[in-house]
Amino acid sequence: MMEDSVVGLYLHIPFCAKKCPYCDFYSLPYRRSHMADYTAAVCRNLAALPKALTADSIYLGGGTPSLLPFDALQQILDTIRSHCSVEHAEITLEANPCTMTDDALQHWLHSGINRLSVGIQSFCDDELKQLGRNHTAEQSRQAILRAANIGFSNLSVDLMLGTPLQTAASLSESIATALSLPITHLSAYMLKIEDGTPFAENPPEIADSDTAAERYHQLRSAMLAAGFHHYEISNFAKPGFESRHNLKYWECKPYIGIGPGAHSCYGGKRYYAPRSLEQFCSSYHQPIVIDDTEPCSDGERLMLGLRLQKGICLQDYPHCSSILLRNAKPLQPRFVTIQDDTLSLTSDGWLVSNSVLGYLLNGILP
Amino acid sequence: MANETIRNFCIIAHIDHGKSTLADRILEKTQAVAVRDMEEQLLDNMDIERERGITIKARAVTLNYTAQDGKTYLFNLIDTPGHVDFNYEVSRSLAACEGAILIVDASQGIEAQTLANTYLAIEADLELLPVINKIDLPSAEPERVAQEVESIIGIPAMDAPRVSAKRGTNIEDVLERIVTDIPAPKGDESAPLQALIFDSFYDSYKGVIIYIRVKEGTVRVGDRIRLMATGAEFTVVEAGVMSATDHINQGSLCAGEVGYLTASIKSIGDTRVGDTITLADHPCDSPLPGYRKVSPMVFSGIYPADGAHYNDLRDALEKLQLNDAALTFEPETSIALGFGFRCGFLGLLHMEIIQERLEREYNLDLVTTAPSVIYRVTLTSGEVLMIDNPSNYPNPANIADAEEPMVKADILAPSEYVGSIMELCQERRGVFKDMQYIDENRVNLHYTLPLNEIIYDFFDALKSRTRGYASLDYELAGYASSKLVKLDFLLNGDIVDALSFIVHTDKAYTRARKIAEKLKENIPRQLFEVPIQAAIGGKVIARETVKALRKDVLAKCYGGDITRKKKLLEKQKEGKKRMRQLGTVEVPSDAFMAVLKFDE
Repeated sequence: MMEDSVVGLYLHIPFCAKKCPYCDFYSLPYRRSHMADYTAAVCRNLAALPKALTADSIYLGGGTPSLLPFDALQQILDTIRSHCSVEHAEITLEANPCTMTDDALQHWLHSGINRLSVGIQSFCDDELKQLGRNHTAEQSRQAILRAANIGFSNLSVDLMLGTPLQTAASLSESIATALSLPITHLSAYMLKIEDGTPFAENPPEIADSDTAAERYHQLRSAMLAAGFHHYEISNFAKPGFESRHNLKYWECKPYIGIGPGAHSCYGGKRYYAPRSLEQFCSSYHQPIVIDDTEPCSDGERLMLGLRLQKGICLQDYPHCSSILLRNAKPLQPRFVTIQDDTLSLTSDGWLVSNSVLGYLLNGILP
Repeated sequence: MANETIRNFCIIAHIDHGKSTLADRILEKTQAVAVRDMEEQLLDNMDIERERGITIKARAVTLNYTAQDGKTYLFNLIDTPGHVDFNYEVSRSLAACEGAILIVDASQGIEAQTLANTYLAIEADLELLPVINKIDLPSAEPERVAQEVESIIGIPAMDAPRVSAKRGTNIEDVLERIVTDIPAPKGDESAPLQALIFDSFYDSYKGVIIYIRVKEGTVRVGDRIRLMATGAEFTVVEAGVMSATDHINQGSLCAGEVGYLTASIKSIGDTRVGDTITLADHPCDSPLPGYRKVSPMVFSGIYPADGAHYNDLRDALEKLQLNDAALTFEPETSIALGFGFRCGFLGLLHMEIIQERLEREYNLDLVTTAPSVIYRVTLTSGEVLMIDNPSNYPNPANIADAEEPMVKADILAPSEYVGSIMELCQERRGVFKDMQYIDENRVNLHYTLPLNEIIYDFFDALKSRTRGYASLDYELAGYASSKLVKLDFLLNGDIVDALSFIVHTDKAYTRARKIAEKLKENIPRQLFEVPIQAAIGGKVIARETVKALRKDVLAKCYGGDITRKKKLLEKQKEGKKRMRQLGTVEVPSDAFMAVLKFDE
């Protein structure tokens, strides 16, 4: 394992004003009274970070990180700066449109946040309502405009595909609205019913796989036409605005997560902090559970690397390139393309990438 | 041993009429089993027998009963199988007795199975002792049923014991009647030995344990015996009787007695049911009548769901065969399923039991192919082939005549169902022979049917169309010429040999369509579209398509998802072990089974 001196920092902020019925991230109802303990615990853990670390990306995810009181946010960012080198870091805050007031946006910009990831999900009110979102389409639109106005030049939005009420026309409307706004990045996820969520208990009728696939292609065409790269299965960006933080996941680079439910890949291990705010706050250093002691194997790097449009370079896999070439044969050209030394998945291949990887990594994954 | 105090008898009953329960009560009353050892249906050893309420193999037990006359009698109760697949074993069990208790359900009356076995008992010259059971049921009509027994079978039944085996009512009455009505065995202890094998099973310590009825002479420990059909000779190690839970070696068995022998016999194939045992030094002139070799009628390919378990499957079949001479198997290879075995069974129930035992007792996951009968094909060259595997079916151009095995079937049912039974038999290419009214409400229908029409699901269909009231019995009735074709299924253009079967021309189209649909339901969508075709020769008669998979993706993959994603891929790989890779198509093992089930 190479020296992990440059890392991504992930801070999990497990508070929401209201839990969305599809979400399975760890989060609790927001309480002002939790903040002091929580912030102190985060700072204790930050202070314990290895020396001489450079964080070229800081990501505040949740939960709803935009609910963090300004002083708490400031304290956390200051602590990071005092322990790591963060020059030119991409600093992302996940934000709910309702929280994006002029005042908040000013504070965030001032504290050094230079990228916002806004949970939009849809620009149609009936869909938002069904997804249990606490904002309207117009509120989202205004929030983005305000952010741009105040000076945020790197704005990402999330959309959801295959939701119960979504039609080709309503998606088209959502995309058009998104593209009319000054955004640089868009993530689109197909709604998946996760265990333990209210949707799992009371499942809505979600789009069948054929419909979801059509929506995916619809979005892709529109985004490509608008000059975005489809740089990862679920992510589009204007050139140069790919999420630095998320790329770390797909490129098997080190990241350190702090906060209950946050995952890390650092020092040759994948591990996570248990999903318990109480345990997190009461421990001097967050407890961790190791769930992989041999990360970044060839198979794992391929599995993740093939999520990216740029694909993988066969030269980087001297031990398995011949297997890959053989396995790829029947999958070309519809699902897999090979050009020069680069193997990548097509967008059709991405859509069925679980199956494609099953074939492709046969004999490579243990 | 004075023969006058021996009574050898069996129990004849339809499934569910209470044979095993009555046997249990008799065991209890004669205190062969301490009450604390009592298990429901003690004679039925296997779990499957208990669960299905049927007796698969005959068992025997020796009991002491002190009768009202003050004498102690030795009862040998021989339990008989209750299913048509095991008819031959029934007839051998009967041949070991002088009498039979005929149990009739007080509300349901006589069933086809009872009647068939009763005729076997009459042929074997047994004294019949009718017993009317389940008198505790509100729907019981013992008088009517007694009348039915008299009119159908022609034996006096008005004084037949009325019992409830379940509640233990009037069991003493049955025991007394065994003493008074069933004759004592005859036979000369000093005559040359003639002993009938009516059952045998393999014991890993003692070798094969043979259950015999000594008809003439005496057999002792140390005697050199000869099994007349196979010619094999052995030296007797143990000779004795069976208590309900144990074997008691008493050193000898003589004319009139029922008991067991061991002689360090390694293979159950040497101890065929129906064979006669005699002494090698002092043999009898001729064997007892009625012996025939039991041969399988239904064949099916059995494969391990995971090819790596081939050797486990072979070991398991070998072990089962130790106890079941009627089970045959030989290795076969299928392009679709890999290495497996072609297995022969007495009938469909026998097949199901074997499959179930392989899965349960040996913990194997199996894929079985459609059951087939043995077809007789005469080639244009004059050569005659017996085909038990559709893969070996010759090119139609070379076939001069194709014949299929037929059966004579007796179906007993309430007369209101005659219409739907006739319809069913018609659909199954049956030829109506005649119909008898047993009484004003019940009929006995006689049909000739092709065996291949009844091996799949005929019995189930019959039951469902008659709300469970009809009963079926059949026996082989030779071969008849038939318009047969081999139906093949192709996935992505390649024939899947394990799915081929032989079918009558008139049935081919419907079956082809149904199975193509079933395959479509059972083959998951995959990266490429999968065309399914059913074909006779080169001609496609039905087609379906499994559409290509459109979406199978983990859309979100961030820090916490990576381990999960890796596990998913590993699980997916594990799942593939249960898939058969046919060219580019992956077929779940279950799909092969699903197409065998024709729910209508």
